[in-house]
Amino acid sequence: MQLARVIGDVVMTRKDENLVGIKLLIVQPLTADRQAAGRPIVAVDSVGAGVGEEVFFVRGKEASFPFHPAEPPVDAGIVGIVDHWDLG
Amino acid sequence: MQIARVIGTVVSTQKHRKFEGAKLMLVQPLNIDDTPRGTALLAVDGVGAGVDEKVLLVLEGRAAGEALGQKGAPVDAAIIGIIDTVTIDD
Repeated sequence: MQLARVIGDVVMTRKDENLVGIKLLIVQPLTADRQAAGRPIVAVDSVGAGVGEEVFFVRGKEASFPFHPAEPPVDAGIVGIVDHWDLG
Repeated sequence: MQIARVIGTVVSTQKHRKFEGAKLMLVQPLNIDDTPRGTALLAVDGVGAGVDEKVLLVLEGRAAGEALGQKGAPVDAAIIGIIDTVTIDD
């Protein structure tokens, strides 16, 4: 998984039927010191995240697991909202 | 798998239910000479690792879910061991 900040959302009307009802957010991956790490990507949301929040997201087929038994064709999904992190 | 160092811990109250009780660690992947490689990642901890320890990281969903003890968990990275030594024969 990776830390990220939610920076926007994506709305689609015409889409794969397994995406109906699923929220799409744009996330900027972050380093441990909150710098942008690479390009923003689009991730599905299963935890009620919103713009401005720090989250963590999973990559790969596992991104579809929160929507079981539906199998949306996605490769990135927000699976937690971060309260805080502490560096040793 | 990859070698990484645990650099921190992450607290998340609102998360997928399959993460309940899981320890979330920030891990920095390492090159073979212990220099950092790429961006720090989040991994679930299956072995009781602590900050500063060098660990073995699996970066694949099914394996990570097994390490977490949760089938169908939306995870892609898990700590599966604490490394004692790495020896490169050169």
